[in-house]
Amino acid sequence: MASFDPAEAPDLTDEELKTLDDLKSQLEQMGRERGRLIPMLQFVQDSLAYLPPPAIRLVADHLEISASEVYGVATFYNQFRFNPPGRHPIKVCLGTACHVKGGEIILENFERKLQIKDGQTTADREFSIDRVACVGCCALAPVAIVGETLYGKMQPSKVEGIVLRVKIEKEQQERETRQHEPNLPTPLPPTSE
Amino acid sequence: MTESVSITVDDKTIVVAKGANLLSASLANGIYIPHLCYMEHLQPAAASCRLCFVEVDGRSGPVPACTVTVEEPLTVRTDAPAVRRLQKAGLQLLLSVHRVECKNCPANRRCELQRIAKFLKVGLKPGKLAQRFKQPEIDASHPCLNYYPNRCVLCGKCVHVCRAQHRDVVLTFARRGFDTVVGCYGLSGSSAPSCRDCRACIDVCPVSALLPK
Repeated sequence: MASFDPAEAPDLTDEELKTLDDLKSQLEQMGRERGRLIPMLQFVQDSLAYLPPPAIRLVADHLEISASEVYGVATFYNQFRFNPPGRHPIKVCLGTACHVKGGEIILENFERKLQIKDGQTTADREFSIDRVACVGCCALAPVAIVGETLYGKMQPSKVEGIVLRVKIEKEQQERETRQHEPNLPTPLPPTSE
Repeated sequence: MTESVSITVDDKTIVVAKGANLLSASLANGIYIPHLCYMEHLQPAAASCRLCFVEVDGRSGPVPACTVTVEEPLTVRTDAPAVRRLQKAGLQLLLSVHRVECKNCPANRRCELQRIAKFLKVGLKPGKLAQRFKQPEIDASHPCLNYYPNRCVLCGKCVHVCRAQHRDVVLTFARRGFDTVVGCYGLSGSSAPSCRDCRACIDVCPVSALLPK
C-alpha cells in the first residue's frame, strides 16, 4: 500500500505551482457538491500526476469540507498517488506468477537500493517505486519495468546494475547536450550517495 | 404514549417500546451482548464490529442485534453456539491486529476487549491467526492527540462523534484493508482549536487508542 506522510512529500516544482494556480479557476467550473469529490481528485491528478498536500487542501477548500475528509477518501482508492512519479518509474510486478517467483524480494531490493518505500519517490525525483499486478508476461517472472524497459527473470543482484545503468545513461545524455550546446551552464555535480 | 412490545430474550421476557433497538433494549434490561461499535444516536447502526450477533426466531442465521428494530414480538437467543462461534472468531480477528500489552495500557481493566474476552471465556489471543501490526506504533501528527494504531479496533466511534460535533471534521478513516487507520490530516498547531476543548473522541474510545498529549 502506498505510504503517505505529508512531511515526506517533496516540494512542488515551479511548474507544478503554476498548474496548481490554474486548477483553482478550473475547479470553479466543477461545482461544489460533495459528490464531485472523486471526479475532482481525478481531474487534479490528471493535471499534476499526483496529489500533493496543497492540492488536497485546494479541493477541500473548494468543497468546504475538511482536508482530513478529502485525505480519507483519496487514500482509500488505489488510483490516487501522493508522491510525484519519478522520471524513471520503477514498477515491480507482484501478480500471481511474479509473487510465486519472489517478486516481493525484488521489490525489497529496489526499496533498499533507493532508500524509499513503494509508492514513494526519491528526493531528486529520478526514481519512484510502485507495485503493479501483472504486466502480461508471466513467462518472464519475476518482472520489473524501469522507465520504458522491461526486465524479465529478475534477480536481486540485477537491481544494482539497472539503477546504475539509468544513472550512467543520464550522465551520458547530459554530456552530449553540453557538447552540442557548450554555452549551457554546467550542472552541479550529482550529490554522492 | 408509544406502543410497547414484549420480546423474549434468553427466556426472559422484557417489555420495550415499539421501534426500539434490540441491542440497546437488551443492554438496558441487563442482558449483556458483546459490542464495540454501537452508538445510540447513530442511524443506521454502523454494524462494523461484528460482535453483537444474536439468533432471532424466523431469521435463517445470526444477525447483528444493533441492526434489529423491534416492531413485533420476537424470540431472541444471545448464547446460541453459532452466535458464540461468530463472536469468538470476530474477537480473534480483532486481536490479530491488536497489541496485547494490558499492563502498560491505560485502558487496562476498563477495556472493552478485556470485558468481551472475559464474557466469552476466551483468552486475549488471536488463536491460529497470524499477528499483523502497523507502523509506526504511535501517530503523533495531531497537535493534541496521540493515536495508537495497534490498539485501535477501528470501531469508528471517534470518527462518528467527531463528525457529529464539528463542522470541520478532524478524524476520518484513512487508507484501507489492513492498512486502515483513523487519521487526521492537514492540521497545523494552531488550526485545531476545536480539539483543545473537545475530548469526545478520547472519551468514546473503548480501548484507549486515542490519548491526550
